[in-house]
Amino acid sequence: MEMSLFLVQLLNGIQYGLLLFLVASGLTLVFGVMGILNLAHGSMYMIGAYLVYYFAAMTDSFWLAVVIACSIAMVIGVIIERFLIVHLYKRDHLDQVLLTVGLIFIFNAAQSFIWGNDPLGVDVPELLSSSIQITDIVEYPVYRLFLSVLCVGIAIGMYYVINNTKLGMMIRAGESNREMVENLGVNIGTLFTVVFAVGVTLSALAGIVSAPVVSLVPGMGERVLISCFVVVVIGGMGSIKGAFVAALLVGIVDTFASVLLPGMSSMTIYLLMALILIFKPQGLFKS
Amino acid sequence: MIFKNKTLRKVVLASSVMATSVLSGMSAHADESPIKIGVMLPYSGVYAGLGEAATNGLKQALKEKGNTIAGRPVEFIISDTEAKPARAPELTSAMTDKDDADFIIGPVHSGVAMGMIKSVRNKDSIMIIPNAGANAATGAFCQPNVFRTSFSSWQTAYPMGNQAIEMGYKKVVTLSWNYGFGKESLAAFSESFEAAGGEVVKEIFVPFPKTEFQSYLTEIASIKPDAVFVFFAGGGSVKFVKDYDAMGLKSKIPLIGSGFLTEGTIEAQGEAADGLFTTLHYADTLDNPKNKAFRAEYLSLYNKPADLYAVQGYDAGQLIIQAVEATKGNTADKKALIKAMEGIEIDSPRGSFHFSKAHNPIQNIYLRKVENGENVVVKTAAANLNDPARGCRL
Repeated sequence: MEMSLFLVQLLNGIQYGLLLFLVASGLTLVFGVMGILNLAHGSMYMIGAYLVYYFAAMTDSFWLAVVIACSIAMVIGVIIERFLIVHLYKRDHLDQVLLTVGLIFIFNAAQSFIWGNDPLGVDVPELLSSSIQITDIVEYPVYRLFLSVLCVGIAIGMYYVINNTKLGMMIRAGESNREMVENLGVNIGTLFTVVFAVGVTLSALAGIVSAPVVSLVPGMGERVLISCFVVVVIGGMGSIKGAFVAALLVGIVDTFASVLLPGMSSMTIYLLMALILIFKPQGLFKS
Repeated sequence: MIFKNKTLRKVVLASSVMATSVLSGMSAHADESPIKIGVMLPYSGVYAGLGEAATNGLKQALKEKGNTIAGRPVEFIISDTEAKPARAPELTSAMTDKDDADFIIGPVHSGVAMGMIKSVRNKDSIMIIPNAGANAATGAFCQPNVFRTSFSSWQTAYPMGNQAIEMGYKKVVTLSWNYGFGKESLAAFSESFEAAGGEVVKEIFVPFPKTEFQSYLTEIASIKPDAVFVFFAGGGSVKFVKDYDAMGLKSKIPLIGSGFLTEGTIEAQGEAADGLFTTLHYADTLDNPKNKAFRAEYLSLYNKPADLYAVQGYDAGQLIIQAVEATKGNTADKKALIKAMEGIEIDSPRGSFHFSKAHNPIQNIYLRKVENGENVVVKTAAANLNDPARGCRL
């Protein structure tokens, strides 16, 4: 492989990995702090993508649509937490799975009912629709570079919030010992609502910003969910840092495997997961 | 039902014998019993849109006849396959044994088709496939009572090989998802392309249903072929065509494909699809009176434009109508019915076609180019193309 193409592939891998991080971070955050296994996480990715499609067409502005879609996702998150999840904190994971699988069906039916089953697409916003020539043949779409920058920005933002703010302190405390946090007088209910809403909004945001580079089809959420779980399991359930490292690892491995090991590329990330779990049964960074 | 009481069982047996004799007595005199059309299409899941279009087309054809053929009313028995192959045998058996369907229309998905074909073997129902393109359906697994009004995968890709040579391409990379339809399409393209002197320098199979194509596009850029032939359908088509354009490849390495690349997807693909050449047995813009009339009526009935899947469903309806008219309403003699179907010429919106020995359409394949968001017919890429029906002994 030529050096320049190697670098392009590396860029592909990092860019894919960063997007995976954006989806997976919300899942791992919610699990880490609240102990809730939200299988409907992928559905929020899908809902985000369809919402931005809908509002971009209505308002004629991608950026406005992003803001509206994010706000709606956050409201959906609050509603789900306040009215449904709240009943499950004292129950085991199986009950959470039942509820959130049910939500998957509801979201899928809503998507099919509102937007139909034909594939849909969102235009790349005008401002970022150009491409940069990087080798003699390959141009790299500016929007994809923007996505990477955005994801890195969000990762840094999360790192800052978690390590340097009171909210972050509560999140960290919640990750390590939930009962203790509650006993120390933190309003755990509000904290959970905030964390859950942020978690699903991150997933929706991933769907929203990916919308111009993916096609909107029924079932897109479930596909994302699987990759997402691989990332979270490799990184260590509940660890944001782990999710970041694992997402990049999965993105890069998957990209190179599809070129170098075409016959078995569909299973490489699962092999990677299995391999890591053999040596680190709790994942790379167990919180 | 399990009857533990022997007397009860006898009563039930006796009454069903009576019921059967009454029914057969009726049909022997005035043949006004309904013609039963079983419909096995997906109404939920990814292919729901296709199932709906095919059903609309089928109903449109029968509606044109006032839902009566040769004096007999038509009765639909609808069942949702959900495009799940595992459910196919059970649903099909219900149609053939419980509902006594004269015809079974379905399915969309090739995996479901294989399950259905096995289940209609030696049964009285005649199966008409309005989409599923697996070569084997009218190849190695062909049956006397299985017809297809759509296409074989081979038919939709084979003509592009010669077209690529005519366009001056010598080295081509082929790419598709690693599943039946994709593999058959790539093989058919390579068959004609290499026979005409071209060379497929690399065949890439992407795991289904992965849509992260960046690494493959980068690889294509490193190979620098004269053109790229792809098979994708639905969401995969939209994503691939957009990514191909965004990587700046479209203007440097022409993209060609089987017609499903730009079927029902152009709106979502936008400008990225402009100028793409594909081959298929239909195009919305096909300029013939039948197509125009069909599309106008479809639009007024369903309030949305007709597509390929509607045409295929419509032709399944036309086939039933013409066959039952030919036997003057007799659907009991299945051999005579099949014989009638084999000789029928269908006046389809795609242009007229008839059936091969293996019961697949012998039809024109068109070269189409995307212009202003439409598939415009450039020319007939292959006239009256007959699928080789490999492995079929009919």
